[in-house]
Amino acid sequence: MDLRYTAEEQKFRNQLAAWLASEVPGYGTPPPVDSWDERRAYDTGWQKKLFDAGYAGINWPKEYGGRDASLVEQLIYFEEIAKANAPYVGVNFVGTLHGGPTIMAEGTEAQRAFHIPRILAGEEVWCQGFSEPVAGSDLAGLQTRAERDGDDYVVNGHKIWTSFAQVADYCEMLVRTDPEAPKHRGISWLIMPMDLDGIDIRPLPTLEGEGEFSEVFLEDVRIPVANRIGEENDGWRVTNVTLRFERGTAFASDMIQLQAFVQRMIEAAKNITSDGTTAWDDKSLRREIGHISGELESLWAMVKLSVCEAKESGVPGVGASAVKLYYTDIYQRTTELAVRLLGRAGLSRSDFLDLPSHLFINRHFNAISVSIAAGTTQIQKNIIGERILGLPKELRPPA
Amino acid sequence: MDFQPTEDQKALREGVRSFLEGQVPFDRFPALEKSKGFDASLWGELAEMGVFALRLAEDEGGIGLGFADAIIVFAELGRRLIPGPIAWSHLAAGLIDGAATGEVVVGGVDLIGPRPDPIVLEHLDSLDVLLVLRPEGIERVNPRDIEATEIETPLDSLTPVHHALTLPAGEMIGDAAAAAQMRLEGAALVSGIQLGLAEGALELANAYAKERQQFGRPIGGFQAVKHLLAEMFVKQEAARAGAYNAAATLDAPEVANVQRAVSSAKITAGESAIRNARTGIQVHGGMGFTWEVLAHYYLKRAWVCENLFGTQDEHAEKIAEILETLG
Repeated sequence: MDLRYTAEEQKFRNQLAAWLASEVPGYGTPPPVDSWDERRAYDTGWQKKLFDAGYAGINWPKEYGGRDASLVEQLIYFEEIAKANAPYVGVNFVGTLHGGPTIMAEGTEAQRAFHIPRILAGEEVWCQGFSEPVAGSDLAGLQTRAERDGDDYVVNGHKIWTSFAQVADYCEMLVRTDPEAPKHRGISWLIMPMDLDGIDIRPLPTLEGEGEFSEVFLEDVRIPVANRIGEENDGWRVTNVTLRFERGTAFASDMIQLQAFVQRMIEAAKNITSDGTTAWDDKSLRREIGHISGELESLWAMVKLSVCEAKESGVPGVGASAVKLYYTDIYQRTTELAVRLLGRAGLSRSDFLDLPSHLFINRHFNAISVSIAAGTTQIQKNIIGERILGLPKELRPPA
Repeated sequence: MDFQPTEDQKALREGVRSFLEGQVPFDRFPALEKSKGFDASLWGELAEMGVFALRLAEDEGGIGLGFADAIIVFAELGRRLIPGPIAWSHLAAGLIDGAATGEVVVGGVDLIGPRPDPIVLEHLDSLDVLLVLRPEGIERVNPRDIEATEIETPLDSLTPVHHALTLPAGEMIGDAAAAAQMRLEGAALVSGIQLGLAEGALELANAYAKERQQFGRPIGGFQAVKHLLAEMFVKQEAARAGAYNAAATLDAPEVANVQRAVSSAKITAGESAIRNARTGIQVHGGMGFTWEVLAHYYLKRAWVCENLFGTQDEHAEKIAEILETLG
């Protein structure tokens, strides 16, 4: 139970911090959310910088051009990235955290040789084609149909919640290749180039009012059979490989940034006055903020514990569900407190009178998405109940 | 950094757990209640196992282990609902002769906190020495010199309490810094007990949810109940992370702000202990509201612990003070 970093880990931190200090300040501020081309340029430009400096693919094996950092070094990486306020992974998320690792683990030599270096250098952007209107938590119920025709699959269907579709080069696409088989045994995992004919992208505005998500409609899209990852109808297993990577440290930088957000709340509380006193003079507010900050410290300790426990296996176990639930809970309570702090200033979504309405309202909205994305809170609780606590499984209708 | 417990620490946990399960079966509780939560033979067994001498240096007759080891032991003591002034006697090892061996039973009262609470003393009749933590230092008081009234109906039947209007002057045996340090270490130890309470409450509720049948199946198969248990698991893991973080930071104070780590632990583990105890009762339904089922002991002990070495609110204010200096 040792929190001290080794000399080697400390050296890694110092080098990374020095590099970030020299690169981040000059890189500029992120473009507006709706300016997709600028966002792609900004995010992939940063990915290229990481790549050139040897910090891309921090957890990827060296043979694929990654850094092969230990799990502890990955935590240091997230801490320093957040501390330096460096650009977020952004449009590179699906490629570096889903598509790339899946191709490394399950792809052919040709697939690896083509995609891996390009993803790593920020030359290739990916989006996700998993969820469908009829297949959310029950992902294996997906119905997008792929029929074999010569060397192609002919794909018809409808995907939803696709981030980065507007600027992606490839999509990790789950399709049903055997409609007769039990639902988990008829799925295949395909790499779909986004420039094929028959792909229609329609933005799906979120409650934030911006176009982060899209729906993707597929009509007779011809995807080469050579683009399949793994065997035909073995896609569900491959999908679990994909998702395993996401569950690890996907929220790590967000958690660290939340401490900075709490600091921002204190700053705002000192500026909000009524009757000659500031909000920060209110003991009950100080207690709430102190309480949340204490829980955030425990949350980060929980991440450290879960990462250290995963040292042998290399991938975080089901305990990652507990981390996600705790993070979600704290994040939502924190941002709700921020909105309460704004009071009537929170009726605006843009800053005025030096009040950070824009940041606070946007974080509050974003926090709401976290108990839905990447496995809803309810699904996570089922996972903990069944796989950790050994409780009886949900009743399911016969397949 | 390797934050997970070492193999030795895992073995320590298993050893203490099986020892306590053997020596303190839950059917020993009625007898413990009759003796007001104190049993000299149990105290001797705890001492022999090293609960009090754990962190005392070997050349002073101790075991020479660190806070990380202590937190593991205290979590097990909490999990088994072991009563008595265990944290105080552990803190007194090396300061009060005989505390480490269990021959002298040391309790204490913390008067550093901000609120003018009534002076409530736990386990007074069992004590040989009472430590009083004051802002100016640590005082040693003879419990026999205290004029105190026993409260007939303590919250926790295994934690008897007296109240006193004043305390007699004692002998000053530590300065202000020593008192502050003892309070910090006390809060960390109690966060370990609270982790154990959160674990014990979940273990009990989880076993019941698998065994209790309604509508033709175990109640743990229903999402409404399953999700309560999953929430308890999250609380338990948060308490573990918090308590381990406090212990590891006390062992290596150069890595982070010790006060912040300890206050975070007391908040997180304190909330987990209370919340899990309450949820545990809920999972037991009507039986959870009876004396016979152990669930209520976790709740009562959780409130005892909440009021040791600073409440959640007080520690939250401390963190707010620290955050203010960082801004």
